Amino acid sequence: MTEPLLSIRELRVEFPTRRGILTAVDGVSFDIAPGEVLGVVGESGAGKSLTGAAIIGLLDPPGRIAGGEVLLKGQRIDNLPPEGLRRIRGKRIGMVFQDPLTSLNPLFRIGEQLIETIQLHTGMNAAQARDRAIALLVDVGIPAAERRIDAYPYQFSGGMRQRVVLALALAADPELIIADEPTTALDVSVQAQIIALMKRLCREHNVAIMLITHDMGVIAETADRVAVMYAGRIAEIGPVRDVIGRAHHPYTQGLMGSIPTLTATAERLTQIPGSMPRLTDIPTGCAFNPRCPHVFDRCRVERPELLPAERTLAACWLYAADRRATA
Amino acid sequence: MSTAIVEQPNEVFAGTAGPLVKVDHLTCVFDVSRPWLERTLAGAPKQMLTAVADLSFEIARRETFALVGESGSGKSTVARMVVGLLSPTAGQVTIDGVSMSDPRLAAAREKLRRRIQMIFQDPFASLNPRWRVDRIVAEPIRAFGITRNDAEVEARVSELLKLVRLDPADGRKYPHEFSGGQRQRIAIARALSANPEFIVCDEPTSALDVSVQAQILNLMRDLQDRLGLTYLFISHNLAVVRHMATRIGVMYLGRLVEVAPARDIFAHPRHPYTRMLLDAVPDLAMAGRQRKPVDGETPNPIAPPPGCPFHPRCPFAAERCRTERPHAIVTGSVSVACHAVEEGRI
Repeated sequence: MTEPLLSIRELRVEFPTRRGILTAVDGVSFDIAPGEVLGVVGESGAGKSLTGAAIIGLLDPPGRIAGGEVLLKGQRIDNLPPEGLRRIRGKRIGMVFQDPLTSLNPLFRIGEQLIETIQLHTGMNAAQARDRAIALLVDVGIPAAERRIDAYPYQFSGGMRQRVVLALALAADPELIIADEPTTALDVSVQAQIIALMKRLCREHNVAIMLITHDMGVIAETADRVAVMYAGRIAEIGPVRDVIGRAHHPYTQGLMGSIPTLTATAERLTQIPGSMPRLTDIPTGCAFNPRCPHVFDRCRVERPELLPAERTLAACWLYAADRRATA
Repeated sequence: MSTAIVEQPNEVFAGTAGPLVKVDHLTCVFDVSRPWLERTLAGAPKQMLTAVADLSFEIARRETFALVGESGSGKSTVARMVVGLLSPTAGQVTIDGVSMSDPRLAAAREKLRRRIQMIFQDPFASLNPRWRVDRIVAEPIRAFGITRNDAEVEARVSELLKLVRLDPADGRKYPHEFSGGQRQRIAIARALSANPEFIVCDEPTSALDVSVQAQILNLMRDLQDRLGLTYLFISHNLAVVRHMATRIGVMYLGRLVEVAPARDIFAHPRHPYTRMLLDAVPDLAMAGRQRKPVDGETPNPIAPPPGCPFHPRCPFAAERCRTERPHAIVTGSVSVACHAVEEGRI
C-alpha cells in the first residue's frame, strides 16, 4: 500500500464546559489514500463534522484537540501554529460545506472570490488568475462561464452555487477535499449532478475526498471506503460494499435496516431501541452496549478496539479472537 | 386504565361511502410583487407566483396518500390549504362531504375541525417551549371542549403519551428536555388528542436521524392500523414515501404530473419526471454503481415554461410539449399528464 495522504491517529476532541469536559471525538484513527473517497457517516452528535473540523483546525472554541495526531503526507499538522495551518487550508486541503451561501461572500462577485483564492495560493497575476477561474468554472459545469464569472452569488441557484464552491475548493489544486454534507441542502436531481461532478473531479484531479454525511445513499454511490461513527468513536470501517451489504457491528446493522429503500419489501423498518447517548453520559465499555441486542458482560466494562471482521473492522467484542474461536 | 378513550375507532363515519378528502382544481397564487411605491416608480408589473395549479385528487378512508416533489413544487402549500391554514385562490377542498370554503357550511366545518390535525416538519418549532408537555398535549382536548374535567384530561394525556411510547411522567417536563424524535412523538400525541381521523403530515421525519426516523415511521403505521387514520403524507424522500404510502401523487412546479398506487409508481413510473426522480435517488443498493444525473434544475415558478412545465428538462419533449399543456389522462388507477405517454411515444 502507498503512503497514506492523510493519517489520523487516536484523535480526541474535547469541550470544556461548566459541568466538566465533554469528549465529542474519542480516539478516532483512520487513513485516507491519495485519490480515495472516504465516507464518514453517523447520526447527529456522532462527531463526524467535528472530526473534519479538527483536521483542518477549524474547531470553534472552546472545542480543542486534546490528544492524537493528524498527519498530512507523514507531516504533523495538528500542532502547527495558526499561520502554518492557514497556508495548508485552502492550498493542500480544500473545503466544501453544506450551505454554499456560508462559503461564498454575498457582497463579492464569484470571479473576485475565485481570483483572490487563486492568487493567494499560487502567486499568479490577475489576468492568469482570471483565466484559471474561468477554466475552473467550466470544469465544474457552469454554463457561459466567461459571462457568469462576474455574477454575484445570489444570481446562482443552489446547485450552481455548490458548483462554484467546488471550484473554490479546487482553486489551488489541493490533495484533499473535506466535504461536510455537500449535498444535504440540495434536491435529489441536483444532488445527483453534484455527486457525479465530485466523482469526476476526484478522478481527473486525483484529489482525495473525505465525505462527511448522514445520507447512506450518497455514501453508497460515492465512497470507496466508509467509516461509521457512533458517540464520537468509529464503530465500523471498511469497503463501502461490505459495510452496507455485510455489516458486522450491531449498530451498523441496525442503522442499515432502519433506512427505507426503493427496493425493500419489508413492512416495518428495523428499529434500534433507545436513543443516542448524551455526551455527558456515554456508557462505559462499548458506547452502544445499552442498545445492543448482542450485549454481554465484557461490553459493559471494556471498550472494544477495531477488530477484523471479514473485510471490515468493527469495534465490537463479538469479533474478539477468543470469542470467534468458541463461536 | 380505560384505553377506550383513545381507541375509539371512527365508527361514526366508517359507514359513509366515498373518499374522505376530495381536492378539486385547487389553485394557489401568491402575489410576490415588490412594494407598491417601488413598483410604480420602476414601472414594473405585478408578479404572481402560481404555487399550486389546478390540482385534483381524492384520498380514501384509511389510506395514506403521499405527495412527493422537490423544493418549490408546491406540496407544502397543498398541505396548508387542505387543513385550512391557507385559503385557496380557486378550487376547493371537501372533507367528508363538507366544503372547506363554502360560507354556508361554517357550522358543519366547525365540527369537522376536530377530525383534522397536522404534524409539522420541525418539532423544535412546533412545540411551545414555555409549556409543559402535558399542557401541549391537552390543548386540543380543551380547545375542542372534548372534556373539561381535569382528572379526565390528565388520564387522557398520560394514555396518549403511552400510545406514542413515552412515559406518562414525561408530561411534567418541558420540550427542551427531549430529543428531536421524542419531540415528534409529543407532536403526534398532540395531533391524536382530539381523536382525529385525518392527519396531514408535512415532512414529519425530515429533521430526524435515520434510526429515529425508522421509529417514527413505524409508530405512524401502527397508529394508523389501530386508530383507522387517514394520512396525507408530504415528503421529498421517495424511499420514505414508498414505505408509507398506498397511493402517490408526484408534483412538479405546482402541478400533479402523475398519480398512481405506490406499487405501480415504483415498478412502472410513467411520467418522464417520475422516472427521472427515481433514477436520481441515491439508494443503498447503488453501492459502487453510478446513478443517472439529470440535466437542469427546476425552473423559476414565477415564469414557468409554456406548455408542459417539464419540457425543458425532458428527454422526450416534442413540439406539442412546448406549446400545449398536457391534461391528466386516467387509465385504470393511474393518471398521467404527459403528451409522450398519451401518444404512446414512451
